[in-house]
Amino acid sequence: MEFEPKLVGFLCKWCSSAGADLAGVSRREYPPNLIPVTVNCSGRVEASEVMRAFRDGADGVLISGCHPGDCHYTSGNYKAGRRVALLKHTLDEFGMNPDRVRLVWISATEGDEFARVVREFTEEIRALGPGPYSNAKERR
Amino acid sequence: MDRVLIAMPKKEDKRKLAAYWASSCGGCDVGLLGLHERLLELIDFASIVFWPAATDFKYEDLRSYGDGEIDVTFFNGGIRTSENAEMAELLRRKSEVLVAYGSCAHLGGIPGLANLSERGTLFDTVYRENPTTKNPANTVPKQVSEGKFGELELPGVNEKVGALSDIVPVDYSVPGCPPPPEITEDFLDLLLENDLPETGSVIAGGKTVCDECDREWNQEAIEELKPPGDVNIDPDECLLDQGIICLGPATRSGCDASCPSVNRPCRGCFGPPEGVEDQGAEMLNSLASILQIGEEGTGLEQERELLGALPDPLGTFYSFALPVSIFGGRVEDGGTNEHE
Amino acid sequence: MSTNKVSIDPITRLEGHGKIDIFLDSEGNPEDAVLQVPELRGFEEFSRGRRAEDMPRITERICGVCPEAHHFASTKALDAAYSSPPPETALQLRELLYNSYIFADHLLHLFYLGGPDFLANGATKEKRNIVGVINELGEAVGKKLLAARRKAHEAIEIIGGHQVHPVTGIPGGLSSGITASEKEELASIGKDVLDFSEDVLELFHEKVIASEDFGALMNNARFSLDSYYMGLIDEAGKVSFYDGDLRIIDPEGEEYARLDPSEGIGLLEERVEPWTYVKFPYLKGVGWDGFSTGMDSGIFRVGPLARLNVGNGMKTKLAQKEYEKLLEHFDGKPVHQTYAYHWARMIELVQAAERIDELARLDSITGDEISSELGEPGEGVGVVEAARGTLFHHYELDQTGIVEMANMIVPTTSNSAALSISIKQAAEEAIEVGEISEEALNRVEIGFRPYDPCLACATHSVDGGLDIGLSIYDDEGKLIEEIEK
Repeated sequence: MEFEPKLVGFLCKWCSSAGADLAGVSRREYPPNLIPVTVNCSGRVEASEVMRAFRDGADGVLISGCHPGDCHYTSGNYKAGRRVALLKHTLDEFGMNPDRVRLVWISATEGDEFARVVREFTEEIRALGPGPYSNAKERR
Repeated sequence: MDRVLIAMPKKEDKRKLAAYWASSCGGCDVGLLGLHERLLELIDFASIVFWPAATDFKYEDLRSYGDGEIDVTFFNGGIRTSENAEMAELLRRKSEVLVAYGSCAHLGGIPGLANLSERGTLFDTVYRENPTTKNPANTVPKQVSEGKFGELELPGVNEKVGALSDIVPVDYSVPGCPPPPEITEDFLDLLLENDLPETGSVIAGGKTVCDECDREWNQEAIEELKPPGDVNIDPDECLLDQGIICLGPATRSGCDASCPSVNRPCRGCFGPPEGVEDQGAEMLNSLASILQIGEEGTGLEQERELLGALPDPLGTFYSFALPVSIFGGRVEDGGTNEHE
Repeated sequence: MSTNKVSIDPITRLEGHGKIDIFLDSEGNPEDAVLQVPELRGFEEFSRGRRAEDMPRITERICGVCPEAHHFASTKALDAAYSSPPPETALQLRELLYNSYIFADHLLHLFYLGGPDFLANGATKEKRNIVGVINELGEAVGKKLLAARRKAHEAIEIIGGHQVHPVTGIPGGLSSGITASEKEELASIGKDVLDFSEDVLELFHEKVIASEDFGALMNNARFSLDSYYMGLIDEAGKVSFYDGDLRIIDPEGEEYARLDPSEGIGLLEERVEPWTYVKFPYLKGVGWDGFSTGMDSGIFRVGPLARLNVGNGMKTKLAQKEYEKLLEHFDGKPVHQTYAYHWARMIELVQAAERIDELARLDSITGDEISSELGEPGEGVGVVEAARGTLFHHYELDQTGIVEMANMIVPTTSNSAALSISIKQAAEEAIEVGEISEEALNRVEIGFRPYDPCLACATHSVDGGLDIGLSIYDDEGKLIEEIEK
């Protein structure tokens, strides 16, 4: 059976979550692997929550927020940008492939883009294989 | 855990006290002696029935005591070997109140950094594959060797360092590396009054080190991180403001910010603040929030470069609390990874 | 093959984990006594990848009884690695803190660790500890002792930031200086510990040297080891704790080597035995000759007795007087009697107290210049005399200041071969046919206490970075495999 990645998506409600809804309404197809979690801002996502997602079995984590300059809270997405940079570096040091975390900017009108990103990310993680705490992990 | 303690049970005779060191440096035993003259009160309060550092009671003496016979045990040191784990279980059984004393018992401590080792254990290549190891299941092998004189055994080294609470339920944690005299005295007072707090409590403050630090925080964003050896440290300004990574925001209060008081950044020995699971992740969040090059949003690329190149994030953020963090140590990821 | 084994588990009143197995032959005579150290943590492994300036705070967690030694061996290694010699004020403050540590540690040994065997007046197991000692000597003395240790630790706190695990050591100096009122506190502490050290010396003569028990051990030639000795000396050849040249003398008292301490590691090699996690260093140039001492055996000793043998005197007046008494008692040096370590330790305690007093009165300790600029990171070695003996820290840093290699050679490891022999000697004396009493077993333990072992120090790592060989034997004693590192 092919490995089906379990993905968690933290989507900001003002832009990305709306964009995801648009993708749905527009009937854009994208794989069902992503579990969406709506947050009020991409800057709300804490490093510990991403780590906890992996610890609980996620194979990849997507964080999506408003484009730079468009954050509803002015600078939340900038903080998200910095946090993800430091988090990826730290995950790398822990021994995890930092590509398992991805930060994107998707606006409320970008339904197509949302579908495309999820499709792409799903295939990327499928190629990487199960995450470090995945139930589907092939033990060495 | 289900136990609820509000006091030690009443007793006719003098109380009994034990102290033990697992994978320890001995600093917490010296920390207990940090009661100094108040040690006389402790000695008055209880007879010491087991304390390898300071008394001659042996393991066979400890085993002879009844379950719960020891009123209070101060357990320091992390769980590194099979012997450490056995002693944790033994002392839990024999003690009414079990205290995780010091960072290693509380959080895993600095020796917890060994959990970053790629080889899993430090011995894998030299001692675990040792053909004289007799344990066929090979879970936690006891080292057995025979030479000209007879059979000798050594305890096995576990895969990872753990905190005391990884092995047995812990009643109270007294934090610090070692707990400073004031913190130890606080706990002594609770014992003397026999008025114990909620089981599971950490005997220190409920805020962060920043709360106790006298330095002035100007709420400025950090524009650059100071390289080592920059000797011009302002004694009055917040260390983070000066570009020095200080774990104050992610560390439980109670130490009176003793390190920042001598121009050294906090390294988090009291562990995460109340309600926080992963101290390193917490600090990571804080640092990213307050680092900012230029006008907000304009320094994005440089910021990411800077943060992506921060030297030794694990050693900096997880000095003391790696074993109790979300990952606990090195993560095995089979995904394509050019990292080492 | 022995038929009977008696274990002392754990050994007590020392720092660290250990057990002693005594093997008896069919007649009940001790055939061998083996000290095993069942702990290790791997500092040299996880120091790799750390930032250099974090090393003094990481490596001091090798030992909480002698953290100041590790902290400053580490800091000195960084001074060297960054080519950054500290300014005078920083050096004086470091030395003041350092002597406070030596004082506190030696005092701990006398009253808590090795001392109770003699101070608690032949007591049984229940009383052979600090509580028994305080009961024996009286609460007034007990209070003075507790106060003295507190003051020494307060001095460490003033300069180092904490009572245990100081934090102010940085490459090129200290992170913080002291104020005028802190200087006054230190001066007052200096005076108090100096007074107390004279009381301690008196007590030591009265209760220990004059005691039959101790005399029987110290004056008995069977408890001698004619080993080599190593220690630091200052330019005048005096016993020095914080800094100096490294000197090694042979069993006949002739100088074997005198060199820059950073080159000392090059003289050593370590032997691995499969039954313990601690290794056995010896002088490479002399060679390994089994567990025995003499001119042809590279086994050497460190610590108080070794330092007194290596030096040509003490730095300070009162200590020097006492030093001369010791030499007179033993009719010159080198003094090989192992139990003389206890006396040597007291002499050092007095020197430490005198140095605290001297340094605390210097005007320059309140100076503003407490650190130097750093050069480019490279390689460095830092050497100090820990309470238990010579301590080496050796680091290699990459160009961003990250540790690529860390190697620590600690005094108790250096003493481990001699320690093994001394335990065997003690077992042979203590255990007579059929007599495995609790007191007899304690006499075996008394055999290691002169060394004041610090077993957490001795087992900080897997491999010490020296050339080691590992021999693996099967259960019939046949050699299966040799691994060269």
